[in-house]
Amino acid sequence: MSETAEAPGPVTIVETPIHLDYKFTPGVAQSRFLRALERGEITGQRCPKCQKVYVPPRGACSMCGVATDEEVKLSGKGTITTFCVTQIPSPGLVPPYVTAWIRLDGSDITSMFLIQECDPAEVRLGMRVEAVWVEESELVPDLGNIKYFRPIDEPDAEYETYKDYV
Amino acid sequence: MSNRVAVVGVGQTKYAAKRQDVSMAGLVREAAKRALDDAGMTWSDIDAVVIGKAPDMFEGVMMPELYLADALGAVGKPMLRVHTAGSVGGSTGVMATHLVSSGAHKRVLVVCYEKQSESNATWALSIRLPFTGGSVTGAGGYFAPVIRAYMRRSGAPDDIGIKVSVKDRLNALNNPYAHLKIPDISEEMVRESPMLWDPIRYLETCPSSDGACAVVLTDEDTAKGTPNPPAWVHGTAVRSEPTMGAGRDVVNPHAGRDCAKDVYAQAGVTDPRREIDCAEIYVPFSWYEPMWMENLGFAPEGEGWKMVDDGSTSMKGDLPINPSGGVLSSNPIGASGMCRFAEAALQVRGMAGDHQVDGAKLALGHAYGGGAQFFAMWMVGSEKPNA
Ligand SMILES: [Zn+2]
Repeated sequence: MSETAEAPGPVTIVETPIHLDYKFTPGVAQSRFLRALERGEITGQRCPKCQKVYVPPRGACSMCGVATDEEVKLSGKGTITTFCVTQIPSPGLVPPYVTAWIRLDGSDITSMFLIQECDPAEVRLGMRVEAVWVEESELVPDLGNIKYFRPIDEPDAEYETYKDYV
Repeated sequence: MSNRVAVVGVGQTKYAAKRQDVSMAGLVREAAKRALDDAGMTWSDIDAVVIGKAPDMFEGVMMPELYLADALGAVGKPMLRVHTAGSVGGSTGVMATHLVSSGAHKRVLVVCYEKQSESNATWALSIRLPFTGGSVTGAGGYFAPVIRAYMRRSGAPDDIGIKVSVKDRLNALNNPYAHLKIPDISEEMVRESPMLWDPIRYLETCPSSDGACAVVLTDEDTAKGTPNPPAWVHGTAVRSEPTMGAGRDVVNPHAGRDCAKDVYAQAGVTDPRREIDCAEIYVPFSWYEPMWMENLGFAPEGEGWKMVDDGSTSMKGDLPINPSGGVLSSNPIGASGMCRFAEAALQVRGMAGDHQVDGAKLALGHAYGGGAQFFAMWMVGSEKPNA
């Protein structure tokens, strides 16, 4: 059925943009983590039952179901346990860029961070990396204080030491 | 399960990148009407309606179940919305089964849908929170590292994902409802398609689809009077686990293994590889087929890829996986799990048409969602289960 001015076809799409600004109350446990970030430090919390250290801490061990009260200061160095090279454009990022699952030294869970100051083709499992922070004057209570991770001059970690952290 | 439950009707829309000929209401109604026709029923025969879809943020329509109540004939009847991320199509089927097995209702209409052409699923899934680090770009950005870890852990050859992609797209050619139809699909074509989230290539990912899938579930008495052979539900199970748990295995999640064990036990299955005739499982990225072969107990850990490599999961193999073409060929997210459940039912009803597995008597439907932390499964058979 051809469309004419007298008999227009169905309306197939109407653009309806939505913009939402959310507010977030972190609660007691995450406040400690966010205050540490504001000081330029990264901290985890240890589970009193399984002894595993969570970062970012959420106030409880989700496997044991108990509160994680003990604070553990971490160095900001870690190991890439797995990663992905993204070729799709993303706001503020020019492809290809690398997102890696990083097990921070002293923690028992991985967090996802960008890897920069490095050719994406060079990134590998077991690679040792460190956090790169924003300027001290720019510190806020947000994990965005860590801009990305970059490689450090250390030998790659052995597979056995990180294989269970995905 | 206390009362027997039968699948007496299945209805699907044509899956496509853009179904701009219909609104959301028109889309769900199309699938529901086809399921009712298959069941030999009309809207007034239905006692209750259960609806499932992925996050509201995808299409930006808040609580769409309210808006869709009249289109689904639910006015004046109980209506329930289920939501468990990508596994929702499966868990919606499970919740609806409970409504019948418990004796609460006799005839339940179950409908799941997604209209991805009206949505922006990738960015709805890529929101940064103040307590998380680098941004993830869509589901591929989350699952690509998991696939890389599986490849390292299993030592699987690099071309396993490519083989799955070709197999599912060939199967889709025999499914009139499938979205992607690539008649000249080949390993070379998949290999040369662009890397999106290395190690995931473009042709190793699912499409973005519009579509809806519906089933009609009834009790045993009602099933006696329906025109087409029923599929009988032999077991249902749902499991979840936290996204961020220290010691959690994202490659081979505990919740998936537990969910499979539960559904096998209910169905009296002790050797799933031998006893199950075919399975429709949730594979949005090609490598998830070998990974789920292990998680579902069809292959020992680290050896799921061998079932792909030797053709066991093809239509000619001993355990055809995704005869319909699977999620890799049609992905209306909220409905994708329901498609798996519905296709498993079609197989044991002998109604799968050109993608029928000869003599299929027992089939598994599987769905997963979130960060591989929600699982839903059902086992359906051509024979009634033991009471
Ligand atoms: Zn614990």
